[in-house]
Formats: sequence, structure tokens, C-alpha cells
Amino acid sequence: MSTVIDPPPDAAPPVEKHFEELETVTIRFAGDSGDGMQLTGTQFTNTSAVLGNDISTLPDFPAEIRAPAGSLPGVSGFQLNFSSQDIRTPGDQPNVLVAMNPAALKVNLFDLEEGGTIIVNTDEFNKENLKKAAYAVSPLEDETLKGYRVHRLPITTLNLRALQEAQVKLTRKEMDRCKNFFALGVLYWLYDRPMEPTLQWIEAKFKKLPEVARANVIALRTGYNFADTTEVFTTHYSVKKAAIAPGKYRKITGNEATAIGFVAASQLSGRPLFYGSYPITPASDILHELARHKNFGVKTFQAEDEIAAVCAAIGASFTGHIGLTGTSGPGVALKQEAIGLAVMTELPLVIVNVQRGGPSTGLPTKTEQADLFQAVWGRNGECPAVVLAPSTPADCFHMAVEAVRLAFRHMTPVFYLSDGYLANGAEPWAIPAMEDLPIIEVKFTEDPEGFLPYARDERLSRPFAIPGTPGLEHRVGGIEKEHLTGNVNYDPENHEFMVRLRQEKIDRVADDIPDLEVFGESSGKVLVLGWGSTYGSITSAVERLQREGRSVSSAHLRYLNPFPKNLGDVLKNFERVIIPEMNLGQLATMIRAKFLIDAVTFSKVKGRPFQIREIVEKVEEYL
Amino acid sequence: MSTKDNETNGNGNYNEGNAAKTIAADAENIGGNVSGSGSSQTYPGSVVAGEVAPPPAQLKKADFVSGQEVRWCPGCGDYSILNNVQKVMPELGIPREKIVFVSGIGCSSRFPYYMNTYGFHSIHGRAPAVATGIKAANPELSVWVVTGDGDALSIGGNHFMHAIRRNLDMNVILFNNRIYGLTKGQYSPTSELGKRTKSTPMGVIDYPLNPLSVAIASEATFVARSLDLDVKHLGATVQAAARHKGVSFIEVYQNCNIFNDGAFEYFTERSERTDRMIYLEHGQPMIFGKERNRGIRMNGAQPEVVQIGENGITVDDLLVHDIHLKDPSVAFMLARMEYPDFPQPVGIFRAVERDTYEDMMEAQITAAVEKQGAGNLEKLINSGETWVVQ
Ligand SMILES: Cc1ncc(C[n+]2csc(CCOP(=O)(O)OP(=O)(O)O)c2C)c(N)n1
Ligand code: SF4
Ligand SMILES: [Mg+2]
Repeated sequence: MSTVIDPPPDAAPPVEKHFEELETVTIRFAGDSGDGMQLTGTQFTNTSAVLGNDISTLPDFPAEIRAPAGSLPGVSGFQLNFSSQDIRTPGDQPNVLVAMNPAALKVNLFDLEEGGTIIVNTDEFNKENLKKAAYAVSPLEDETLKGYRVHRLPITTLNLRALQEAQVKLTRKEMDRCKNFFALGVLYWLYDRPMEPTLQWIEAKFKKLPEVARANVIALRTGYNFADTTEVFTTHYSVKKAAIAPGKYRKITGNEATAIGFVAASQLSGRPLFYGSYPITPASDILHELARHKNFGVKTFQAEDEIAAVCAAIGASFTGHIGLTGTSGPGVALKQEAIGLAVMTELPLVIVNVQRGGPSTGLPTKTEQADLFQAVWGRNGECPAVVLAPSTPADCFHMAVEAVRLAFRHMTPVFYLSDGYLANGAEPWAIPAMEDLPIIEVKFTEDPEGFLPYARDERLSRPFAIPGTPGLEHRVGGIEKEHLTGNVNYDPENHEFMVRLRQEKIDRVADDIPDLEVFGESSGKVLVLGWGSTYGSITSAVERLQREGRSVSSAHLRYLNPFPKNLGDVLKNFERVIIPEMNLGQLATMIRAKFLIDAVTFSKVKGRPFQIREIVEKVEEYL
Repeated sequence: MSTKDNETNGNGNYNEGNAAKTIAADAENIGGNVSGSGSSQTYPGSVVAGEVAPPPAQLKKADFVSGQEVRWCPGCGDYSILNNVQKVMPELGIPREKIVFVSGIGCSSRFPYYMNTYGFHSIHGRAPAVATGIKAANPELSVWVVTGDGDALSIGGNHFMHAIRRNLDMNVILFNNRIYGLTKGQYSPTSELGKRTKSTPMGVIDYPLNPLSVAIASEATFVARSLDLDVKHLGATVQAAARHKGVSFIEVYQNCNIFNDGAFEYFTERSERTDRMIYLEHGQPMIFGKERNRGIRMNGAQPEVVQIGENGITVDDLLVHDIHLKDPSVAFMLARMEYPDFPQPVGIFRAVERDTYEDMMEAQITAAVEKQGAGNLEKLINSGETWVVQ
């Protein structure tokens, strides 16, 4: 690359510009939570997707809604990975950091790759902001940024000047708010993106505020033109289209995919969806999304707490609706007693846990996978339930449909373990054709002849008789049930029988789920086994090693209770099994217990997803 | 009592014998193939299912009696309440299969097992939440919540309050025995200050709640009180509650003859009842007493007990009961009246109309369909930021 660092001020225009082609670029946009960095990142992402790049994104929100402006806790970030290749993660390390103030620089600099590019808004590096970011000396003036390619742009000033010249009728503050579009314009030039998609978006978004629309358009264009003419940039880059299978795509976050997945399940089963929830990060967006789909007959119930949310969902299930409840770890802790009730009453129920850093309140806006035990074993008594985990944002859609299918077919609660990384991360989703979606069959019992509420079919599933059906009046509840009749029963033989039956019922779900697939050779030195949101990093890491000819494969569990039937056979064929997890080894413990193998745990509990290279390095230790 | 397990007090349904044999047979199949459907065996205390109820007009009390053996302690006030509810049911004109009884945990919460309707014996304190889901999902059902003073006001206080403020069209009957029955006699949130119980050998030191006050403060649209002993009054109150559109709350004074026997006798005692209690009647002046010569009148902002005929006081001076007052202050004031300062009031305190939660929920769905058109899945998955790769 041939970028000039801090060109001499007397360099004379016009500047000669070079074009360079790149395969993959990772940009982190960072600024104060008020700076609109999420929006900037999203616009860049959408434009890149339309351009045909493969994309993957991850926002990084501060835990505080409005931390003091310019402070370290107030920094909000958005990372985008775009590529001409098939990518599965938002990128290990940004190549480019856009820092709108000193705090943003400080918080994100450590992640930037060695020799990476920094674009800073120099206007914000004043005494006050430097102090808030705990910089004694401005990092622009000492050795802090040595070795990086730094582009210093007085973005606030340039933006303001452009808007004032155009006689925009907005307050100073409002004009300053457009500076993220100025920055976006600069980046569009730098990475050779068209401005049209964003221009259209601005027009639509600010239809009712034409002056704001005009100001943002000016900011965007001025940023673009500035980058084109300034001597600061001598090179710009292009990232070619990726070889993506033809079809219609949609950018989707895990939470969006989860929400519409459940709406889809409702349509595919013909059963109305009832969503009981209590707001909690990072699950609230599912509630917000579902509340917008009332025209699908969706009923959303914002309960007084998580216990009421799950209980209302159970009540709805009892009437034959899809009873769905969603929360994050602390909320699941509150729901567990009621989930036990659903196990005992053998009603379909889906519990979404968008996991976050724990224990207790933990790291509310950060990701973790430490609620696997809680899902599998977290209730009193022998209380088995089905546990699923989507592996990518788009997979959230398919697993939501699957969760509902299993809940009805097996009359059981089903856990759906997403996490903060999946929830907020976005990727392209190949929109499925309607005919490729499964039909979910729901059969209610209607014949009073010989009806026994706790009779069993071949899956050990009990009949589903809903209120309103004449002649099938019966009672369910949390007290031990007598086999077949469902009457209250304290008999010791009956209890043991029923405990085993409920377990066996869940075990038999294994007959109804797909086998585990192996990525790569079906035997070899190392198998990297994962579950949930680690799919992207694991698969990319394993692919990289395979390209080097190493004997490594991977497999990803989307079904955690029960396990796919072939899991034992898959494990047997490898000398080593390495399990990367964002916890201290919960899946590894289950695998060790069940298959008596010496699986290796690779833990990361930093509230951040695995980087590809971290997994590569770990696996190399065993090759 | 000593032979009974904890939490099975008065309700232990120990069902050995037949059941055990059946299981022995089926147990062999677990891990193999347990298939109970199509079995022709019958079981002790089996549900009365498989028989379709006659049309509502022909329903009788017996149609609401389930096959389950009732297991409350002999003499428990719960029997009378069960009996009355079963008696009232046929008069409501609701098909049996459309009725759902939901309860929490407690002696009182065993209630649904004894009703031959749909029933859900849920978990401690959460019945209002389960019932909310049932009613919101299927507004056509007649939903009844049976709860205890501990169930509704301790562990379930939060759900109780919120279910009431949402005003779903359901009926909540709170069996107030001022004690924890099922766990064998600890004090409850309605136990009086100073009461000695197993968990308070030196007396209760937390101040009791008044269930009616809580309900009224939670914006209840129908609030009533009755007592297990007064069969006629209880039946009429349950009927009125059932006919009210919106949430109906009834507190029933219920005698726990094992752990809190005679808790209400200080005003319900038969020979003194008319002097110590007042039966509220809509549109009527508040008169009570054996001689029907005592009444309640307002003295400034305070109620007071007066003697009719003394100091020139006539019936016209008395407070006239109006259950439809929009403002809940009078209902609240009446709910605070207690013997011995006042006669203990029973009857309907308040009955006002307000939109129900489930109606508003349905209305929003209808409005959304009108505005956006009925949901189209294909359109939904194809919405958002889309692009086509050639
Ligand atoms: C989560 C939970 N905590 C505690 C209990 C034990 N428990 C069962 S019933 C009850 C109190 C019941 O009192 P009340 O609601 O007044 O009902 P009553 O038995 O008097 O009718 C308690 C503490 C339980 N079943 N579940
Ligand atoms: S409330 Fe009292 S009398 Fe009634 S069943 Fe329970 S313990 Fe027995
Ligand atoms: Mg009680």
C-alpha cells in the first residue's frame, strides 16, 4: 500500500490517486453514543451488501444509555467486515478505525491491527475531551499512534463550514449532528462505494424534515468530495463482489431473525403466537419486533416480571397457542420454576434466552454462552427439556421454526439459546422460498371416547386437548401425575415411573432431529466441536487450517438436549476434541460426562466472541 | 396431622394399589414402547372425561363435580365455597367446556381438581399470570382464579396487583383464612398483628394487608367480600362477579378449622352477626343491627356509626350505597371499616365498567389487519434491507 502519512502541508493539488484492490476489510466505527456511529456503520454495511460483498457486522453498545458525552463508558462502536470472499464473522481485528473523539480512540486502539489505519476527527481532541478520555497528552502529538497510518481530519469544522455555506437552516447543534454523514462520505470514497443507497435512505427517513435531509445529503457529498480532492488520501480501495449463490438476500440480525422466525412458525402451524416477555438487554428487540406484527395475530404481553411472562405463555399454550417467552439469563433464573410446571404439565412452550455476560447483572450488553447448564439442568427435580441453539444470525430464523415444531410434536418446553453476539450481529440471509419452509403439524385431541390426558403416543407425547373441546374437561398441574389419567398421585412407583418417562420422552426427541454434520474429513487428528454463536469463528479457523493441509475438522451442535444420535460416533473418529466456548467449559463437561472422552476446553469469557486466529492458534497446539 | 407429609395436609392423595400395578406393567415398556392410548383400563378417582356435557340450559350442579375425592380437612370452609361455586355454575349459562379454573398453591388452590371443567393447578402465587395468558389467548373462555391469602398477597402480590389493573374479564376468588394452611400454620399477610403462630411464637410483628384495599388501589372494577358461612350471600356474590365484565375480585372469609379456627367468629358468630356485620346493598342506605336501627353516615370526610332515631337522625341521613361510583374513594373507605369500630362490611363494594385487556388486545389486532392487511409471511421475510445476487 502506498499511503502517505501526514502529507506535508504544502503538497500541491491536484493529487494523484491510486486504486488498490483488497479482498477483505474490517472497519470499526467508534464515537460517542450521541455521534450516530451505529447508523454510519449500518449505512456502510447496507451499501456494501447491495454492492455484492459478503458482510458480517457487530455493534458494541455501551451499557449506559447516555454516559457523559466524551467519556470512556460512553463510547459506542460498530464493526463491519466486508469481503469478496465467503466470510462468517465480523472480523478478528479492524484494519481501519474511525475515531470520532479521544475516548473512542482510547477504547478501540488496542483492537486495531498492527500498522492499521486510523481516521480521527481532530476537532474533538480538545483539552476537555482529552481529559475525559484520561489522556494527559494528546495522542495525536506523542508516540501513541506510532506505526499506524493516521489520517487527521477536522471533521466537525469541515462539516459545519459546508452546511453554513449552503445556508442550512438548522441550529449549530443540529448541524454538528450531521458530521457522521460527512465521515461516511469520506469512507465511501475511500472504499469506492456509491452514495445512492444512502441518499435514498436519507430522503425516506427525513421526509418530514426536509432541512435535516438536505443537511445530511450535503454532509455526505462534501465528505466524499473532500476525500476525493484532499491530499490526505492518495489511495482508495475496491473490494470486489463475492461469489455468493444467486438469489434474494436480506441483511438480518439474530434478534430480527428470531422474531420473524416465530411469526413464521405461527403461520406454518396455523397456531397464533403469544409472546410473554419482560424487557431485558439483549432480548428486548424481539419484543419490539413482535409487537409490530399484530396483523399476523401475534399477541405480545409485556408482563410485570419474567415469572408472569412465562406463566402467561404457559396459559396461552394451554389454550393451544404457541406459548413463547423471551429473556436473558437473569430472567431465565426467574422463570425456571414455571418451566418446571410446563415440564410437568407437558405443554408446548418455547423459552428464548439471549445470553449475556453473567453472573447476576454481569455484562448486560456483552455476549457469553454460560447459560447452557441453566437450560439443561437448571430446575428443581429431574426436569428435562429440549435445548436448541442457533449458530448464526440467519440460522436464528430456522431454529425458531424448529423450536416450535419440536415443542408441539413432543409436548415439551424447548429452550432456544441465542446470545448477544448473534442477537445484534448481522449477516446476509438467503431468503428461503415459501415452499422450502416446513409445515408444522398441530393436532388437538377432540374425541371424548377413551380420552386420558396422560396417555402416550410412540414419542411418549401426551394428547393435547384444549379448553373449549366438549367432553375433554380435565385438570393439569404441577403435582405428580398418575400415568394415563393425570390424576394427582403420590405413589412411589408411579413417581419413579413418571420421572423416567419424562426423561425418556426427551431422549426420544433424538429420533426427530438431524444427524450432526462434520465439516471436513470425518476422522483425523482434531475435531473442533462448538455450539451456538461460535460457529463463524470455528468454521473459519478450521477452514484456514484445512487449506494448510492440517488434519482438522469441525462440527457444530444446534441440538444440545438431546444430542444428535451420531454425536458419539463423530467424536470417536478423532484423536482430540477441542471445544471452544464462551464459558468455562459447560458443553465440554456434558461431553465428558456422556462420552467419557478427554475433551479439551478452550474458554473465553471476556464478553466478546472468539477471534478466528485465537482458535487457529489453540488448535495448532494439538496438531 | 402428624402422619401427613408436609404440603399434603388435608389433601394427601395417596393412591397406591391399582396405580402401582399398572405401572409395573408399563414400566417394562419404558425404554421400549409405552403406549397408553387406547388402553381400556380404568383408574381410581379418574377424571370424569369422555362424557360431553348437556347444553348450558340443562346443566346441573352434578355436572360440575369432578371424580376426584375432595381432600380438605373435615369442617374446612373450603367445602362450602366449592359447593356454592358448583351450584352457581349451571345458572351462568356457560357451556362447561368453556370454563377454566386456575389456581396457585395452597389448600384453597386444590379447588380446580374438584371442578369438572378445564383446570390448571399452577405454581405458588402465579395463577393470575397463567390466567392472564389463558384469557388473553382465548377471550371466549370463562376464566376463574382461585387463590389464598398467602398465594395472592405474599408470593403472588405482584401478579395479583397487575392482573387486576389490566382488567381482564375473569373472576378472582381469594380464600382468606388469615393463615398458611397447606404449610401447616404459619402466619400470612392477612394475619393480625400480635398473632401467635408456629413461625411467630411471640406474635406477628408485620402489619397485615387488607385484600380489598389492595384490589381497589390496583384499580379493580369489581370488588366484593363474602363469607363461607353465608351460603346464600356467597352464591349471589359469585353470580354477580361472573356477570361483571372485567376483572371481579371476591374476598371470602374462610375458616381454617385446623390452624386458625374461628378467626372470624368475633363478628360472624351467628347470634351477633347482624350487629357486627353490615350487608352492603346497592341503592340502599347503610343500615345494620338486630333492630335495624343502626347505620353509617358521613361526618365530614369520615364515616361514623349512628343510632337511627337518636339526636334526630333518620334513615335519610345515612350513606346510600352506590357500587357504580367512578371514584373509588368511598369503596376504599368502606373497605377500611372493621369491627369493633364499625360493623364488618360484606357485599359488593364497587362495580364499574372499563374496557378489558383482551378486548383492547383484539381491537389492536383488528386495527393492525385493517391498516397493514392480514399478515403475509412471504412479504414479511422479503422485507427489510434486501438485494438480489445474480
Ligand atoms: C415457591 C414455593 N414456595 C413455597 C411453597 C410452600 N407453600 C405452599 S402453599 C403455601 C402457603 C399457602 O397459604 P395460602 O395461600 O394462604 O393458602 P391456604 O393453604 O391457606 O389455602 C406455601 C408457603 C411452595 N409451594 N412454593
Ligand atoms: S385450610 Fe385449614 S382446614 Fe382447610 S384444608 Fe387447609 S389446613 Fe385443613
Ligand atoms: Mg391461607
